Amino acid sequence: MKYLKYIRRTLALLFFLPIVLFFIDFTGKLPTQLHQLLSIQWIPALLSLNLVVVLVLVVLSLLFGRIYCSTICPLGVYQDISSRKGRFFKKKSKKVRFNYAKPKNILRYSILAVTVIAFVAGSSSLVLLLDPYSTFGRITSQLFRPLAIWINNSLAYLLSEMGNYTLYKVEQVSFVGLAFGLSALFFVVVTIMSWLNGRLYCNTICPVGTSLGLLSKISIFHISMDDSACNSCGACAKQCKSQCIDSKSKNVDDSRCVSCFNCLTSCKKNAIKLEYRYKKQNSDAPEAINNTRRTFLLASGAALTTVALANTKKFVGDNDSMLIRKPIMPPGATSLEHFNAHCTGCQLCVTKCPMQVLKPAALQYGIAGITQPHLTFSTHIFCSYDCNICSTVCPTGALKHLLLEDKKVTQIGVAHFRKEKCVVFTDERDCGACSEHCPTQAVHMIPYKGGLTIPEVTEDICIGCGACESICPARPHQAIYVEGSATQAKAKKPTEAKKFDKKIDDFGF
Amino acid sequence: MKRRDFFKSAAIVGIASVFKTNALASVVAGKKLAVHSEPDLVAVMGGQPAVMLNRALKELGGISHFVKKGQKVVIKPNIGWDKTPELAANTNPELISTLVKLCKDAGASEVIVFDHTCQDWKKCYTNSGIERAVLSTGGKIVPANDESYYREVELPHAVSLKKAKIHQALLDCDVWFNVPILKHHGGAKNSISMKNLMGIVWDRGYFHNHDLHQCIADLATFHKKPALNIVDAYRIMKSNGPQGKSISDAVMLKSLIVSPDFVAADTASMKLFSQVQPTDIKDVRHISLAEKLKVGTQNLEKLNVKRIKL
Repeated sequence: MKYLKYIRRTLALLFFLPIVLFFIDFTGKLPTQLHQLLSIQWIPALLSLNLVVVLVLVVLSLLFGRIYCSTICPLGVYQDISSRKGRFFKKKSKKVRFNYAKPKNILRYSILAVTVIAFVAGSSSLVLLLDPYSTFGRITSQLFRPLAIWINNSLAYLLSEMGNYTLYKVEQVSFVGLAFGLSALFFVVVTIMSWLNGRLYCNTICPVGTSLGLLSKISIFHISMDDSACNSCGACAKQCKSQCIDSKSKNVDDSRCVSCFNCLTSCKKNAIKLEYRYKKQNSDAPEAINNTRRTFLLASGAALTTVALANTKKFVGDNDSMLIRKPIMPPGATSLEHFNAHCTGCQLCVTKCPMQVLKPAALQYGIAGITQPHLTFSTHIFCSYDCNICSTVCPTGALKHLLLEDKKVTQIGVAHFRKEKCVVFTDERDCGACSEHCPTQAVHMIPYKGGLTIPEVTEDICIGCGACESICPARPHQAIYVEGSATQAKAKKPTEAKKFDKKIDDFGF
Repeated sequence: MKRRDFFKSAAIVGIASVFKTNALASVVAGKKLAVHSEPDLVAVMGGQPAVMLNRALKELGGISHFVKKGQKVVIKPNIGWDKTPELAANTNPELISTLVKLCKDAGASEVIVFDHTCQDWKKCYTNSGIERAVLSTGGKIVPANDESYYREVELPHAVSLKKAKIHQALLDCDVWFNVPILKHHGGAKNSISMKNLMGIVWDRGYFHNHDLHQCIADLATFHKKPALNIVDAYRIMKSNGPQGKSISDAVMLKSLIVSPDFVAADTASMKLFSQVQPTDIKDVRHISLAEKLKVGTQNLEKLNVKRIKL
């Protein structure tokens, strides 16, 4: 039984490290397949209606309790690391780690209830805010990634001064105040709570933790204390980062136990064990059993309604009124309703976007959509024609997986040309930068005057990639700009040029 | 020329003029004496990129005429787009690998290749086939995606573009080759050797804002001229340039035009191009503007032009 702790730790690191590296990787060298580690996260699986994963996670929880919290959830593992560090900094005499604490039931069940009710009513804002995986994604991409890029760029600068180009500079993560603030806030709260009290965040604030707690109350295997062997020494409680072992009453609060198995190695009397819950019909207080049944029903009911209503199209509040310019959603978002309801703002697509055109939104999607990705174009930063990475990595299904061929005709927006701002009109000089960068030639040059040519947009083949807007020299207000589509239509395929097949065998001079 | 080299060659020339032995004359052949017999422009047609390059260089006195032992060489192809070679959006990789190898064999201490790309630079470098072409022949391909790699230089003879930020690799090298591909271009009408220079500068937005053609011509007045402009016309892009939409935009011409003169190279290339897609060279204004700035000449009649069909 003692080995369980080590298995758990190994597994946790096997999940945690690739996830961290995947979020930080700014070179694009890690395989994009790693995103599968993120599709098995609880909320993304629910939102994308990935029934296989949901079923596996439910079965896992019904077997061993909150395995998800202790090994799969990156925020959970981060808290274990943080609380270990917390111990490291404490004085030796104070190395007693944890004491039993009462559950904050009202708080945790209210947060869960409000999150579920809001979601069912059509607002996924609390899911976005509280999903532990997405919170971790935001913290890593908004705080650790910029740090890693800064270190890389400093080294690259020093090396390039010496004529060495092994490292190259990478565009720094663009600063979006609200996204940074939100991530920093959660980072501080989670770090302090775990530093001082282990898994307090998971057992008080996290709605995933609370709902899985309901399942783990009836899990087939659970941590139990042998009344006759236990002498209430409290050694196990000191190891319990969930602060859920009450050694006085010889009781373990299953709903808060994250199945870390640390307690198993602590007992000299072998009184604390992982045991089969239903092995004997003992004479436990009948109401306790009733309670578990009720909570189970409640939990499965909540889970089912969540799944059933994940696709509801309703949306609280009128988004359009809050927008200055229609936001441009990543390809595969299909519609504003679908996208806003399914995206948890985990930042995975933002960190994987090789063009860095995806950025966390501030208020472009309204308050509920803070940190959901949108496209912002700036010089050299636009959506690459031959790329569909964002739609392939999205774990929540907010972005539907698009094949490259389909992405090339997915209209995320449409370019609009304002002649009066164009340098061909204002300066009567050739430019054509927009058309030059247009991959479909939806933006093309037509004769203007005196041998000059001026851009024209064929809207039905424009896919809204923003290459034209990104390069337009008219600043600060570009002569050509992209207006996002609230529903992503299919663009027409561009027509090919006529083939030239005469043979040339003269130089012409 | 270094001072020491000057004294050395002066001494050799002095001795040679006294003794007039063939052996000694050949030592200085690489410097001044042979220049007049060499063509100003070489056009080759009908071979693979490597074959045509070798042939053109042979006419121009061989690679050792341009690259000396221990020199740092820069090669500037067009790698602007995330496109494969058969689409003719970027310079032919075989041409680049051949040139890198020639430079290395001539004793270059380092051969650096870069371009300030228009699309994701890593994908451009990879999918153009140029990264592999360079690395497999012992060259170095360096990034150009950040302003910190660029240093400002003055362009005293320029009209509009009085200064530009140019990649440090090019500023620090001993000799460089400009290796564009011949393409149609929506903005500049055609993209040849002078238009290719936009990939050595950082702020291209300025060009589009301040008379694109004038700025292109201005940049060609930069004092550090390429040893040669090697215009890749193995495949050209006849329409929808500079990116192209599909393979229908590419035309196989199996040609190569080489000249140290920007204007002459671009003029000859335009004549070749016009056989496929008739274009008035006057519309490619930067060519005549550059001539006005004394960058080179459009008058191919006056030049020693060597035409070779393989």
